[in-house]
Amino acid sequence: MKLDSKIPDGPMAEKWTNHKFKVKLVNPSNKRKHTVIVVGTGLAGASAAATMAELGYVVDAFTYSDSPRRAHSIAAQGGINAAKNYPHDGDSVYRLFYDTVKGGDFRSREANVYRLAEVSNQIIDHCVAQGVPFAREYGGYLANRSFGGAQVSRTFYARGQTGQQLLLGAYGALSKEIKKGGVTMHTRSEVVDIVVIDGQARGIISRNLVTGELTRHEADAVVLATGGYGNVYYLSTNAMNCNASAAWRAYKKGAAFANPCYTQIHPTCIPMHGEYQSKLSLMSESLRNDGRIWVPKKKGDTRPANDIPEDERDYYLERKYPSFGNLVPRDLASRNAKMVCDEGRGVGSTGNAVYLDFAEAIERLGRDNIEAKYGNLFEMYERIMDEDPYTVPMKIYPAIHYAMGGLWVDYNLMTSLPGLYAIGECNFSDHGANRLGASALMQGLADGYFVLPNTINDYLASAEIPTVGTDHAAFAEAEKTAQDKLDKLLAVKGSRTVDDFHRELGKLLWENCGMARTEEGLREALEKIPKLREEFWKNVNVPGSAEDLNQALEKANRVADFMEFAELLVRDALNRAESCGGHFRVESQTDEGEALRNDDEFAYVAAWEFQGLEKEPVLHKEELVFEEVKLSQRSYK
Amino acid sequence: MAEKINVTLKVWRQAQGEKTGRFETYQAADIDTDASFLEMLDIVNEGLTLSGIEPIAFEHDCREGICGCCGAVVNGKTHGSHERTTLCQLHMRKFKNNDQIVIEPFRAKPFTIIKDLIVDRSGLDAIIREGGYVEVKTGNAPEASTTPIQKELAEAAMDAAECIGCGACVAACPNGAAMLFVSAKVSQYALLPQGHPERTRRALDMVNKMDELGFGSCSNEYECAVACPKGIDVKNIARLNREFIKASLMS
Repeated sequence: MKLDSKIPDGPMAEKWTNHKFKVKLVNPSNKRKHTVIVVGTGLAGASAAATMAELGYVVDAFTYSDSPRRAHSIAAQGGINAAKNYPHDGDSVYRLFYDTVKGGDFRSREANVYRLAEVSNQIIDHCVAQGVPFAREYGGYLANRSFGGAQVSRTFYARGQTGQQLLLGAYGALSKEIKKGGVTMHTRSEVVDIVVIDGQARGIISRNLVTGELTRHEADAVVLATGGYGNVYYLSTNAMNCNASAAWRAYKKGAAFANPCYTQIHPTCIPMHGEYQSKLSLMSESLRNDGRIWVPKKKGDTRPANDIPEDERDYYLERKYPSFGNLVPRDLASRNAKMVCDEGRGVGSTGNAVYLDFAEAIERLGRDNIEAKYGNLFEMYERIMDEDPYTVPMKIYPAIHYAMGGLWVDYNLMTSLPGLYAIGECNFSDHGANRLGASALMQGLADGYFVLPNTINDYLASAEIPTVGTDHAAFAEAEKTAQDKLDKLLAVKGSRTVDDFHRELGKLLWENCGMARTEEGLREALEKIPKLREEFWKNVNVPGSAEDLNQALEKANRVADFMEFAELLVRDALNRAESCGGHFRVESQTDEGEALRNDDEFAYVAAWEFQGLEKEPVLHKEELVFEEVKLSQRSYK
Repeated sequence: MAEKINVTLKVWRQAQGEKTGRFETYQAADIDTDASFLEMLDIVNEGLTLSGIEPIAFEHDCREGICGCCGAVVNGKTHGSHERTTLCQLHMRKFKNNDQIVIEPFRAKPFTIIKDLIVDRSGLDAIIREGGYVEVKTGNAPEASTTPIQKELAEAAMDAAECIGCGACVAACPNGAAMLFVSAKVSQYALLPQGHPERTRRALDMVNKMDELGFGSCSNEYECAVACPKGIDVKNIARLNREFIKASLMS
């Protein structure tokens, strides 16, 4: 395998424009001769499927949900960034680009990030035209708010439901194309394998989750828009059904997997409580605009928050990072929360929580104002914690949230497997080692509406793509492999449930490959994961049959893949003996306890190539070249 | 403060392909009152699995009250008794020790039961496909600030747009109407200038589709608004009626 990032020549600001001119086009009347499969219909998948259908391609879209409107993009709360500079505060495409490269701790590809910043404004234009009800000022113009890692206000929002509104916009566009016949929508359909013929991705095997039937689908290109792998940790802010399976099958079929150790741990989540807990709930980072984070100065201080006087509180982010304060990037906010809790100053019943306090903001702005901005978040908190955050400070703790790593893609968003594309969270491309708040929605929609529909034609116009037919041996073989795996899972009839195994895997990862990672801990995890996987295949209990709606079987099939993927995640974390972004290696820190990058040895994308489960994968390095942004130690002080 | 409670569940079980189902009784023991309702069901399902009984099938995904997947009728109420709350955000602290909890699927003529608590709500997607969007192609849009929109209108549009498409309004309606659902979408675009070019067609097509799929008609019971976990206002139904009458006159 040889990685070619295909970064266009020329000045940074002209690369995308030049590239769009240079790529080959497909004649309008020929577009209907090309079928494209889109897997996943969240922000990236729905927007890509709709836009490609508008252009004239024949699109087959797949989702495991009962409707495309359920995708987890819907849960994004805070907002979407764009370089509009409406607040007139010095923003520009260049600044958004710069902030994103810096925020990503200099581990992203400059050209991709620049393009992302460049198309960000078109996204807002398009979504407004779709009727997305963004927040507005009294004059009728669009409102903005600030987010972590930036000193400008560039985030557009629709209350605390921005993801919902943008997804419903994309779902509307998709519905429009389904109605017109450009998109065939397959709901309750889970992709269980990618079919590769003569080195090209040529289709998929899909399982109908109601009947259990496996079906074969041929296409000229396959687009994965399947989201992130946070659920490998069991507890995360991801929806329960989010999984890594499609991306993992792609990896096993020859697509390189990049930077899996870059997992984002989000600072403002509702703390863990019991064993039975099934997921962690995130509350938008936008809360840090008005909420102040603190812990007691004294260790083991068990007084109720409101009884702790002002001078006995430590507003540690404001103290340590005066210029960004509570708005430092997510990785810093999370790590500092862990540090104060490790010192014994954490609060709540477990000691693993810090306060997020709105008392000062309520006094300054009034309760009504806070309610208008964050009402739904406060309500959600009250539902879960049974405490009123208007009168008692919220308790928060970091949780696994977003995957910066993902399938390696070139500038065209094509993976190293020809004909297979990866867009949105499931690729590795734009966020480096740490994603800034309100940038996930931006990337998903940039890829789906504006990038992929301009790059996929290059492949469709130039590659030899003969018709193969779904009777081809490769389809039959992929179907049989998928069926065998399901049968094998059902045949084990062991004594532990799927969740039980998943929980154990998650704990192992959280402890050994969570917010702080050591060589010793990672080596231990590398030893334990294959053993756990072995036990899973000997002792898992999956009830029911494969010819029925069987949620336990769906889950077992996904957890079986997590059991393999976890090993790659840990291996990547072990290889990267530096701290950067969401990946903090204890051995690599400054005297002040800040993350210490090692640009001499690690300024590269780690792209792993599968060699079989029993063999170590091969590491390919894409060296990162920084032409525009000077490599420097990040400082938010 | 969290405590442990025991509750008895009477759950609707219906295998795929069966015309009807039956209630089965299960014990949920030692449930932490901080657990969510769905986490309680997870615990029950773990126990069922290990005792060789197929677990209860129920739809769920985000568990944050926004995806609209979950939903069941709990003790006669859609999403349970906690107002403005989806089933996933209902917590066990709302129940007492030794309570009996009856759990049934959403029932409505257009929602066929697939298995246990899972119903087919694809009719709601079919209605949206008839015009629950603005027909704008990618690349067509003017600069976003070209058209200022009165803040009050934008807020009212957002109020309507909050619908999560869970179908509780349909299940709560004695007629199985989808009026609140349809009116929320029609209102969002009736309130915003971007929705105006297709206003007439949208109201007619969506309402016609709703009728065609066997959703009932509105008899002003307003059970839908009580059931709605997002608090969608019945005023939207009045707006839909106005839009529909205007559209009928114009077409």
